[in-house]
Amino acid sequence: MKFRLSMLALAMLFSLCAEAATKPVPTATATAPAPVAATPVPAPQARLVAASSEVTFTAKQVGVPMDGRFKRFDAQIALDPKQPQNGKVNFGIELGSVSLEPATDAELLKPEWFNTAKFPKATFVSSSIKATGAGRFDVSGKLSIKGQQRDLTVPVVLAAAGGNTVATGSFALKRLDFKVGEGDWADTSVVANDVQVKFKLTLQGLPAF
Amino acid sequence: MSPAATPRYSAVAMALHWVLALAILTAFGVGLYVEGLPFSPEKLKLLNWHKWAGVSILFLSVLRLVWRITHRPPELPAKVRQNMPGWQMAAFHGTHHLMYLLFFIVPLAGWAYSSAKGFPIVWFGVLPLPDLIGKDEALAHTLKEAHELAAFALIGLVALHVAAALKHQFVDRDGLLDRMRPGR
Repeated sequence: MKFRLSMLALAMLFSLCAEAATKPVPTATATAPAPVAATPVPAPQARLVAASSEVTFTAKQVGVPMDGRFKRFDAQIALDPKQPQNGKVNFGIELGSVSLEPATDAELLKPEWFNTAKFPKATFVSSSIKATGAGRFDVSGKLSIKGQQRDLTVPVVLAAAGGNTVATGSFALKRLDFKVGEGDWADTSVVANDVQVKFKLTLQGLPAF
Repeated sequence: MSPAATPRYSAVAMALHWVLALAILTAFGVGLYVEGLPFSPEKLKLLNWHKWAGVSILFLSVLRLVWRITHRPPELPAKVRQNMPGWQMAAFHGTHHLMYLLFFIVPLAGWAYSSAKGFPIVWFGVLPLPDLIGKDEALAHTLKEAHELAAFALIGLVALHVAAALKHQFVDRDGLLDRMRPGR
């Protein structure tokens, strides 16, 4: 228990450091090419309501589906659904907040799995957002987990819910693309390569669509 | 002492007895071994094998019970009956009834434990079985203890059963074991 707590504290500390380290970078790049004159009006920022949002996943071990979730994640979302091409999504998941099964959660933080000491966060950074229907969008970008990057397009559905907007979607990934489960754990006959990820994000302040 | 004189169990009863004896001992051994393993692919594989074996034991035990109810077992040889005091007769019946009870309780508790843990059983990795109960971590803990306790009780009874059979074979020399001996 003590070990797990200290691992968690360590993971949190690392994620704080990582945030502090990465924060100046985007502002620096944002200020350099800033010919504001011709660029369109920046998309309005939405706020993630974490308490009513969830990020879950399903992995299979020896044919048995296991449902897990991440307790801590954050997002910077700037989107006008009427002009999605100007929108931008930055999503971060604290991998140390994984919850699958109490006895094995601490194992998932280890180097063979997420290696949260070195890679505390998984991130998704959008490069393009396209409308595909009423309240439907394809969000393309780069998914980074454990130092590995892959292009990803996620279909997202927006729905109004009591003054807020709920964004839902799901996508599949191959865990071995991201070196999640190395060494003996790379055996996909034990833990399948395919992992299904689902999310439901409640957003505040997203313009009507 | 001629084996031909001893009335024997049916071939089906013998097959179920010996297959289940092997399966139960193996599942028990694997269960004990897995418990001590660190989190590893081997552990997950063996744990699943253990569950598949347990479910197989449960289903075969249903068959066995149905067979037992519909087919009268052979009478105890007269020599055996005459030599057994009342307490041995009671122990003989009690052991068999308790073993039958545990043939069901042990795998059902294990299955429910797996369900409570949130891990459905997929039989031999192919056939998904229904969950017996919903996910409940506290209940899972209780069921694990019940599963283990019942398994140890069953193995204790098996040991008693084997000891009694050996006593009849080598001390009493009454040919009781022939009832369950395949062949001829």
